[in-house]
Amino acid sequence: MSEPTEFETDDASTDEQPKSGRADSDPTADSDPTSGRDTHTTGNEPTTRRGPTTEASATGISLIQRIGLAATVVLAIVLTGFVVAYWLRSYPLLGDVATQYVYAGQHMDRLLGTNVFRHPVMWQSVATAVLVGIVAPLVGVFLVHREMALIGETLAHTAFAGVAVGLLLGATTDWQASLLLSALVVGIGGALAVQWLAERTDAYGDVAIAIMLTGSFAVGTLVISYGRGLTAVNVEEYLFGNLAFVTGEGARLMVVLTIFVVIGVASTYKQLLFITFDEQAARVARLNVRGYNALLVVMTAVVVVGAMQVLGVILVAGMLVIPVAAATQLAESFRETLSLSILFGQAAVLGGYALAISQSLPPGGSIIVVGIACYLFAIGWSGSSRRGVQIH
Amino acid sequence: MTDVAHLENVTFSYGEQPAVTDVTLSIGAGEFLGLIGPNGSGKTTLLHLLLGLLEPDSGRIELFGQPVSSFDQGERIGYVSQGATDRAETMPVTVREVVRMGRFAHAGHSRLSEEDRTAVDAALATVDIVNLAERRIGSLSGGQRQRAYIARALASEADLLALDEPTVGVDAESRDAFYKLLASLNERGITIVLIEHDIGVVTDRADHIACLNTHLYHHGDTESFVESDALADAYGASGRIVQHHH
Repeated sequence: MSEPTEFETDDASTDEQPKSGRADSDPTADSDPTSGRDTHTTGNEPTTRRGPTTEASATGISLIQRIGLAATVVLAIVLTGFVVAYWLRSYPLLGDVATQYVYAGQHMDRLLGTNVFRHPVMWQSVATAVLVGIVAPLVGVFLVHREMALIGETLAHTAFAGVAVGLLLGATTDWQASLLLSALVVGIGGALAVQWLAERTDAYGDVAIAIMLTGSFAVGTLVISYGRGLTAVNVEEYLFGNLAFVTGEGARLMVVLTIFVVIGVASTYKQLLFITFDEQAARVARLNVRGYNALLVVMTAVVVVGAMQVLGVILVAGMLVIPVAAATQLAESFRETLSLSILFGQAAVLGGYALAISQSLPPGGSIIVVGIACYLFAIGWSGSSRRGVQIH
Repeated sequence: MTDVAHLENVTFSYGEQPAVTDVTLSIGAGEFLGLIGPNGSGKTTLLHLLLGLLEPDSGRIELFGQPVSSFDQGERIGYVSQGATDRAETMPVTVREVVRMGRFAHAGHSRLSEEDRTAVDAALATVDIVNLAERRIGSLSGGQRQRAYIARALASEADLLALDEPTVGVDAESRDAFYKLLASLNERGITIVLIEHDIGVVTDRADHIACLNTHLYHHGDTESFVESDALADAYGASGRIVQHHH
């Protein structure tokens, strides 16, 4: 997480002026008869809305955003530290570390007048949510701008079918693997199926998405219905999420999934950006578009399974879409969109948890409502004169 | 010298509907080829076949002497598609970010090098949009956007520039300037294949013309095209004998 990534650090040239020597040495630049003609700002160009981040974008990501991102990384590392320490608490030193986290939670409870942070399950829950707040916008920024926003919803329903299959297998066989693992396997299978359908039908068309979404949920409900009476597990937590639902195993899975997604996006950022912006040109440039598309939908499935614990199946797509939609209102560059999306993601998660804890509400709905408040704020802040991102 | 592109007896249909039938043509290095034909005549399909975006039902296509299916030097082609500007409307991307995409085929999974950044700066300077580099591409005029896409191709150090109706919606003055830019790039040795609905512009700028209406009605230098009846044949009727000059 602390490793600099392509999209975080690849901005050295954004504020550089072109090398005059190279430009001057270009004979066409000198002899080009059109020099200075078309680039004069002709009267017919659209007026740019100068949003609050426009000046910052001229030099890349603003200082405030950098501080926010750094704070997010620190928070993620601290919370991941707890997940690891609590997992390995039987080892002497790590057991002490886990205890210190609980002490810190007791202090927070005293300060805030709550009775939540002293419980390890809450640390696991917050850790999972913060990591979701990073990886969901990270993947969502490509999905939204490829007009694939609903693919997250589809894969969440596919993952739900995975939970149902896991429940049935657990009840009828000796198979004792986690339901989340089952959701992950079926979710990734569903992602590849969506990709297969998209390649053979209208690309990511509404029809393929609707068939996969309802089809997988139908299978899930049938399997659960069939296995009713065989298992005591309540599927409601998977549908709506729950503050106390995140297990140690679920939090550890989220840590692993986060590492996978962050490395995945950081190492393929350029290719995903090119394909998102101009898929045909990317194909002509001989990028492996099919491979990157498959990677993107698999990463989406991975994020969805992790986020399902906190948000529930029904609301999981909101975290992929809403922070990105808010960021798109304000950002001038794609890197800035990515950066703002993560910050809005964190605002939604932390604000949503504060709302959920203080008002005893479900976290999923709280996070999405706070996220939408951020989106409305972004619209208001941008002056809403720019055409908004179209969410399909 | 090896041709930049060579198509031999290429046929392609969308289902039962033939789009390109038995087309044979070669594009030499340094040519400025204008690809013309009425709406629905298969121009874009032919360009997609040439670039490897579509596979022909039959026939053979080579790019830079390699079969197009195994051609892997993507950085040698700069492509500006008809829909290239669609995403620019809603997606926050700066001009510099777009031009950098031209270096992605060079960089692979590595970070962009100093050489890559220099190439981006030089490309921005060549098409004269340095002052727009940090602007969101959606805020640019049509002519300026097309320059950004050309800069992306230049940053890629492309030998072949393929453009599909690049000046739709661009005002006359900017369009004129844009075609002068293309001419100057062609003088540098860059091969250009241009689909353009304005036949007057094509015959003014291109040194070779391919006139298509499912069949190839004419392929040869601009003078021979102007003297031929290919235009009337392709636009006025269908199913006439193919006229083909090399």
